[in-house]
Amino acid sequence: MEYEAVIGLEVHAELKTGSKAFCNCTTAFGGEPNTHVCPICLGLPGVLPKINRKVVEFGLKAALALNCQVASFCKFDRKNYYYPDLPKNYQISQYDLPLARHGFLEIEVNGEKKKIGIARVHMEEDAGKLIHVDGSGGGYTLVDYNRAGVPLLEIVSEPDLRSPAEARAYMEQLKAVLEYTEVSDCKMQEGSLRCDANVSVRPLGSREFGTKTEVKNMNSFRALQRALEYEIERQIAILESGGRVVQETRGWDESRGVTVSMRSKEEAHDYRYFPEPDLVPLVIDQEWIEKVRRELPELPNSRRERLIRDYGLPPYDAGVITSSKALADYFDRAVALFPDAKQVSNWLMGDFLRLLNASGLEPDASPVKPEGLAELLKLQQEGTISIKIAKQVFEEMFATGKGARQIVEEKGLVQISDAGELAAIVEKVLAEHPQVVADYRGGKDKALGFLVGQVMKATRGKANPALVNQLLKERL
Amino acid sequence: MAITLKEVEHVALLARLYLSEEEKQAYTQQLNSILEYMQKLNELDTAAVEPTAHVLPLKNVLRDDEVRPGLPREKALAGAPEAQDGQFKVPRVV
Repeated sequence: MEYEAVIGLEVHAELKTGSKAFCNCTTAFGGEPNTHVCPICLGLPGVLPKINRKVVEFGLKAALALNCQVASFCKFDRKNYYYPDLPKNYQISQYDLPLARHGFLEIEVNGEKKKIGIARVHMEEDAGKLIHVDGSGGGYTLVDYNRAGVPLLEIVSEPDLRSPAEARAYMEQLKAVLEYTEVSDCKMQEGSLRCDANVSVRPLGSREFGTKTEVKNMNSFRALQRALEYEIERQIAILESGGRVVQETRGWDESRGVTVSMRSKEEAHDYRYFPEPDLVPLVIDQEWIEKVRRELPELPNSRRERLIRDYGLPPYDAGVITSSKALADYFDRAVALFPDAKQVSNWLMGDFLRLLNASGLEPDASPVKPEGLAELLKLQQEGTISIKIAKQVFEEMFATGKGARQIVEEKGLVQISDAGELAAIVEKVLAEHPQVVADYRGGKDKALGFLVGQVMKATRGKANPALVNQLLKERL
Repeated sequence: MAITLKEVEHVALLARLYLSEEEKQAYTQQLNSILEYMQKLNELDTAAVEPTAHVLPLKNVLRDDEVRPGLPREKALAGAPEAQDGQFKVPRVV
């Protein structure tokens, strides 16, 4: 039987405010344990939380960028549970009246566009970090509350995703929107962007939902896609063998490449939500919404369209470049200095991203700035250096932070475009390879490539390839 | 409408209250009489009344996004029954 997957994603993004959601402690990542805490986020008796205006503004920004309807009236609720990751025994969250609902995000997979519904967007506080330590008598748990109270936006999609590739595209697009609107750092490794998935399978064509599982602990786009692929296979195998999928929470084990059943928190799903009595409701009028809407920056999709329209970039290139705001900003600055957009995009998608990824850097932290890349491309365009040398120089620029021209001069990499100088080398190569010359003259056109290669080798890549071709042909 | 003994045990567990058999019986009875009393409210027609989100007539009480120092760590941990390596030490939870 053919099956179809039904996937919904629940994403948590830490908002990049300076202070926490309900107190003035810093939200800075890291820091010695329990040094970013105060009586409010420690839940000491008698304290009162107070809402950070920026949390609401960031929430509004994201909600509008996700095409949501913003609630004119919303409130916070207490989600009650006993678990030491929050010291109050409840999390301040939003339940029946979230900040926004009914949005959508447009994704593109294999050239096909699809709208993915967004059920709701709400504000809540993050929890602390637990470290479980083995030991005699069952061990113990250490708790660091630095992260407790850091503002989160929870964004819940409709179950509109039908494949791991769609889920990944949605997640990438959502990350781009949150970055463009500058409401979150979206660093998956640091946990400032996290994702849980609800997954079920059903016979293709069926309208009913199968039993779902919730998959957690996917810390990268790749992990998300792999975990979903595994989980879908697992569920199909169960159904094929006549079994039934058990509704449960499963954790993705990255090293083993499997999802594992997690012992569920005891009666965890009885959260007994009730309105947070310590916070008064929010009334968001049209004026406020319009003010935020006016301040929205250009969003990834329209920026992508702009790159296609204004620079004639292929849709694929435009998609890669605009997937990260920092990369798109880099592109814009480089193109302003070196107007061959396709060349710039080739470099960015090739050597630039390769070196960045290898060193784990974001585009705005690249040792090679847009000015540097433009200088390098100019040197290549005016024929001072060959493309091969340009790649070599780029690596050097990336490693040392030096300018292109400086490296070219220091290392004597200027392209040899002097016909006289090259002619001597060409003669020498021809004399050394009589058999190849004979082959070429006998009709083996490919032999020319070998001879060009020999000249390039003799000049350590500095010969002007067009000129070498021309000189060889003249002599053959 | 009646609250059962089982529900009392469930709620007690969620609230980490350890009740004796007598207490369970007593609370079952007391909770039922409270609910019975609250039933009176259902006699009112509230179809046209918005649910109350808060008892105070206030809205949009917001503060600016300013970072201020919190507690020194020794103070933060001062009330903890046990601490280790600058962290709260609690019984193992998973």
